[in-house]
Amino acid sequence: MAEVEETLKRIEAHRGVIGTIVVNAEGIPIRTNLDNSTAVQYAGLLRNLTQLARSTVRDIDPQNDLTYLRVRSKKYEIMVAPENDFLLIVIQNPCE
Amino acid sequence: MPVPNSNAAASVRKGSTAQKVPGAKSSKTASKKKDDEEGVDTGDGWDEWSHGKALIKPPDQLELTESELKEEITRILTANNPHAPQNIVRYSFKERSYKPTSVVDQMAVHFVLEGSLLHQDSDEARRLRAKEGLVEGTATVDTETEPDEEKPETPATPLEEVDEAGEEDRPDSVASKTDKKEPKVTNQFNFSERASQTLNNPLRWEIYDAYIEELQKQEKNKEKQKAAPSKKESDKSKKKMMLMETQNDDISKVGKASKTFERMANQNTFDDIAQDFKYFEDASDEFRDQEGTLLPLWKFQYDKAKRLSVTALCWNKKYQDLFAVGMGSYDFTKQGHGTLVFYSLKNSAFPEYIYPTSSGVLCLDIHAQHSHLVAVGFYDGCVAVYNLKEEGTEPVYKSTAKTGKHTDPVWQVHWQNDDMDNNHNFYSVSSDGRVVSWTLVKNELVFTDIIRLSLNGAVSEGPEGAQQPSIACGTSFDFHKQIDYLFLVGTEEGKIHKCSKTYSSQFLETYDAHSMAVDAVKWNHFHQKVFISCSSDWTVKIWDHTISTPMFTFDLNAAVGDVAWSPYSSTVFAAVTTDGTVHVFDLNINKYEAICQQQVVAKKKTKLTHIEFNPIYPIVIVGDDRGYITSLKLSPNLRKKPKGKKGQELPKGPEVEVAKMEKLLSLLREPDQSTV
Repeated sequence: MAEVEETLKRIEAHRGVIGTIVVNAEGIPIRTNLDNSTAVQYAGLLRNLTQLARSTVRDIDPQNDLTYLRVRSKKYEIMVAPENDFLLIVIQNPCE
Repeated sequence: MPVPNSNAAASVRKGSTAQKVPGAKSSKTASKKKDDEEGVDTGDGWDEWSHGKALIKPPDQLELTESELKEEITRILTANNPHAPQNIVRYSFKERSYKPTSVVDQMAVHFVLEGSLLHQDSDEARRLRAKEGLVEGTATVDTETEPDEEKPETPATPLEEVDEAGEEDRPDSVASKTDKKEPKVTNQFNFSERASQTLNNPLRWEIYDAYIEELQKQEKNKEKQKAAPSKKESDKSKKKMMLMETQNDDISKVGKASKTFERMANQNTFDDIAQDFKYFEDASDEFRDQEGTLLPLWKFQYDKAKRLSVTALCWNKKYQDLFAVGMGSYDFTKQGHGTLVFYSLKNSAFPEYIYPTSSGVLCLDIHAQHSHLVAVGFYDGCVAVYNLKEEGTEPVYKSTAKTGKHTDPVWQVHWQNDDMDNNHNFYSVSSDGRVVSWTLVKNELVFTDIIRLSLNGAVSEGPEGAQQPSIACGTSFDFHKQIDYLFLVGTEEGKIHKCSKTYSSQFLETYDAHSMAVDAVKWNHFHQKVFISCSSDWTVKIWDHTISTPMFTFDLNAAVGDVAWSPYSSTVFAAVTTDGTVHVFDLNINKYEAICQQQVVAKKKTKLTHIEFNPIYPIVIVGDDRGYITSLKLSPNLRKKPKGKKGQELPKGPEVEVAKMEKLLSLLREPDQSTV
């Protein structure tokens, strides 16, 4: 548990990383360094997107599964990983 | 007048119901007779109307007398069929006469309907059931295709919660049904009962998941049946564990993902380096006339080991992006703790594994087959074995004073092939003049002295006549790649001894290599006779082990810390010096000079201590005395393969490399005339 905590701290301290959010199975952010309203908004929106992406991947081949989803926009990159019903979200500005 | 009449009328009415005359006529006669009392009941208008009715009389009406009208006739209902004949007569052949049948069947059938119920166990029912089984099979196939056809029509995915709830309800009902009808296989996807039908539109992968779950349940049931009582207990305890886990809102569930995300974040930040590592080939090498360059890639640094210098480097053979770094200090006065760190190229910001040690690490080796075992030699003379798969920062094996640890720093360790009992073992060499073999037997580290290095190779006579063998200090060694028992040891006096594992008292041969300590000695990966040595006396020498003088000598203007052969060519090697320069040589191209001499560290005061080539990628890692590890990419000129003649296919493989080297050596050997 402490290792994961340390890893998340390091990610947050990494150059260009704006924030991290860990969302539990119920859709509630349990650990984040952003403000609550932003975190909740990200959690809600990305949950749906992840579901859709996962559904797409599995529809094509049911033995496959989604591991990571990276959405790159003009301002930053959002990285999402669904794992064990939890969701890990990292927002980074890649070119600083 | 009306009152007495009404009484009489009531009694006559009763009588009229008992008449045999049809009801319509009787009512008419009644009305004809009692028009007065009817008129009284309803009023005057009614009187005139009833008069009109009373006048009509059918012509064929029976004329009955008063007494006959009053006669009461009883009607009896019997169970006899009125249509049944009362006297059936049959001819009896026995008595040769007509005989009346005594009992006539009185049953009258009013209505017949053929029913479709069958008793379960009757033949007919069994036959039907068998037919039903076949029909069901074809029916399920039909219904399965339906969900697939529905799928493209559905636009949006249904909410997962609704689906889960739906699926949970179905298996329960389905389970009860399957018990009753065994040959019929029903599940929530092709079982359709109108009463419980909901619009589900299951997706292809939901169907797949449900089938996989069902399969796992069946397998579990089979296992349970095979080993019933003991497993039940373990299952209970497992169930408890499961409950505990699901209740925790633990972020350790995203452990794996967070590790990968750290790498992703690094990839984004150092995107250009990653691209260079993979794809960049310096095009200007064509114009550089045989010379090459080294492109700096990632830099690795561990915060807590800033004051330490890199004392050992080793690539992992199995996971070729993972390398081990031993950190300690070469300075006799500045001895403290040390660390063993593992880095991956995928994450240059933070090590993958960290092991702090009490004494400085001087050497390390990763096992070739079991890449989770790492042998480490320390400044205080101990050796230890770490298992990367184990949790915790302590080594799994460690030598102590009792178990034969060295009395001087251990300069080199090397894993060997498993011995006859399939135990892992490794060798170590130290300044105390011993070459020791350590075997991992169960929980212990068992040591065996292989050889004691003495100055003269044999027992020497001391000045007072006492026969005291003076001990040489071993500083490096290397084992032959093919010949198992053969190895080389470099000493502090500058000599290299060729030894055999089996002879403990004598050396096979001694080479007077250098004037100062031999820092590294390495066999060539391809050519079996060639080895290289480097020393603090500024020289690098290449030898043929059958010849006592060096084949090549190179002077590098500064103390050489380390030298390494490249894994892709028999004639390419690299050396690092204390002035921060990396020298790369290719004997095939230039026998006298380096084809690349490049400074890779910023400050001139930084000394480079070690260098290692990656087994598959064209990169080298260089460690320095400030605790930095720099990775460099070799430009194409440094990686040249021999060119074939026009039209000939380029030969590949180790034989080519061997041949290349042999050609070079043969040019040098002609004056020696020592080839066989």
